[in-house]
Amino acid sequence: MGSDLAGGGRFPAAFMGAGTSSFTDFLSGYAPGLLPGHGPSGPVAAGPLADLPHATTIVTATCDGGIVMAGDRRATAGNMIAQRDIEKVFRSDEFSCVGIAGVAGIGLELVRLFQVELEHYEKLEGRALSLEGKANRLATMVRGNLTAAMQGLVVVPIFAGYDEDSQAGRIFSYDPSGGRYEEHLFHSIGSGSVFARGSLKKLYKEGMPVQDTVLACMQALYDAADDDSATGGPDLARRIYPVVATVTADGFRRLPDAESGEYAQTVVDERMRSPDGPSAPLRAAPVS
Amino acid sequence: MPFYVSPEQAMKDKADYARKNIARGRNTIVIQYADGILFVAPNPSRALHKISEIYDRIAFAAVGMYNEFENLRKAGVRYADFNGYLYDRGDVTALGLANAYAQTLGTIFTESNKPYEVEIVVAEVGQTAERDQIYRITFDGSVADEHGYVAMGGQADRVASALKERYAEGMTLAAALGVALGALTGGQENGDGTDITAAQLEVAVLNRAGEHRRFRRLTGARLEALLAEARPAAASDTAEEPGGTAEKASGTAEKASGTAEKAGDAGEKASDAGEKASDAGEKAGDAGDEAGADSGS
Repeated sequence: MGSDLAGGGRFPAAFMGAGTSSFTDFLSGYAPGLLPGHGPSGPVAAGPLADLPHATTIVTATCDGGIVMAGDRRATAGNMIAQRDIEKVFRSDEFSCVGIAGVAGIGLELVRLFQVELEHYEKLEGRALSLEGKANRLATMVRGNLTAAMQGLVVVPIFAGYDEDSQAGRIFSYDPSGGRYEEHLFHSIGSGSVFARGSLKKLYKEGMPVQDTVLACMQALYDAADDDSATGGPDLARRIYPVVATVTADGFRRLPDAESGEYAQTVVDERMRSPDGPSAPLRAAPVS
Repeated sequence: MPFYVSPEQAMKDKADYARKNIARGRNTIVIQYADGILFVAPNPSRALHKISEIYDRIAFAAVGMYNEFENLRKAGVRYADFNGYLYDRGDVTALGLANAYAQTLGTIFTESNKPYEVEIVVAEVGQTAERDQIYRITFDGSVADEHGYVAMGGQADRVASALKERYAEGMTLAAALGVALGALTGGQENGDGTDITAAQLEVAVLNRAGEHRRFRRLTGARLEALLAEARPAAASDTAEEPGGTAEKASGTAEKASGTAEKAGDAGEKASDAGEKASDAGEKAGDAGDEAGADSGS
């Protein structure tokens, strides 16, 4: 790791000159020790890894004029709840957001680096990256964590944002080797993703307004928490609700707790009457 | 080339060289207003900025050689992003950055043959106007802690004294822009800022209120509206001081050279070295033609 300034307090040579517009590339040259997941390589015992806090379920869906992303608040370490109110959905820049599942420590660092990466590029180049460009940068960063992932420190992000070129929301998912896949309509990641995706599949309709999409995501998270022990449901007693973010042409917006609490309350109230939630019609609507 | 040059002479030559070339450029003004810090630079380019964002609360303004201050700007962005990532976003300060710039410019000035022909300002908007920080760093690495306003570039002294006359604490954004425009055009005949259009200006603010990144460029319709609001203020400013205007009009020879130097800017330093020792009268004369050509275009 380099010191923050060279002798005499002036900028080190790496800071001056044309250089790269990627902060990750700059860091890997100047202070590689600060990259997420950078550490001693070699075989690692499986035991301690399972006891590291893991982030769980994130759902995301496109809606009319943007996207919605929501994540539960639980982090688990083995069968223990490591944290009740962890946040796993983040603003990556004005027109995108990112959620993480997997080893929380590395995931949070990855998000922090990704946020700096996007802002750094924008400041140096005088223009923001395209949404595709941002998605590709994240893929490279996930791939950079491959060595750690092979040892069990797996982090999988999900990225979504408003594409100013096509004026619509888009979603990108990743695998631990850095594979990048564009998802259509909706997607979920993490331990409860199977249940959440099944739920969303029945509730989601293309082009729903933002509010309906938020509610659908909230239902999906409830269903995930219902069947997956690692996913936390809305905690009305402690007023801990899922983090919900929307990205539209107006930019990123994280719903305030009061607002996200209202959605959570609605879902919980309904489940008091009907524990399995709304049921989808048995047959698809006839083609008109 | 002489075999021996005394260090004193060498430093003086370098300083003269840098100072002279910086003075050929246009001005950049940094001025505090009630809700933040305003940056104004006459700059017809949409892409080659003189004013830029460094970090959440910190911005950068420069005059001089574009490639040199662009280098410094990039170094500043890397410094800020690196330290913000290493520690915390709140740990990146204008003072730290100003010191790094000062050390870097100071080293370049003493160690290399050619000093950087730049002058820069690093400004940080605080929670209150009292906690705003404005540092001006010159080509030799000296730092000045400024309050209220800073003028850099050609005829900086004249612009600074015009700013001093008009500046007041707690101005609105439009009033501050009016003051800056008045100071920029103060030496010219119609010194009310009406001859400057939005397309010729680079304007940005560091906003005291807000989240995340406080730096905003003011362009297009937003800037037009602000200019319309600012112009009456600038005009009445000049009207209130007929004595001042008359005084300015009387200093003819000096002014001719001032306008000319400004017009001769645009980064065209072709006629550089030969002119270094030329006498002032000649310079004012041939530069006057350039000024005429400029206003015609």
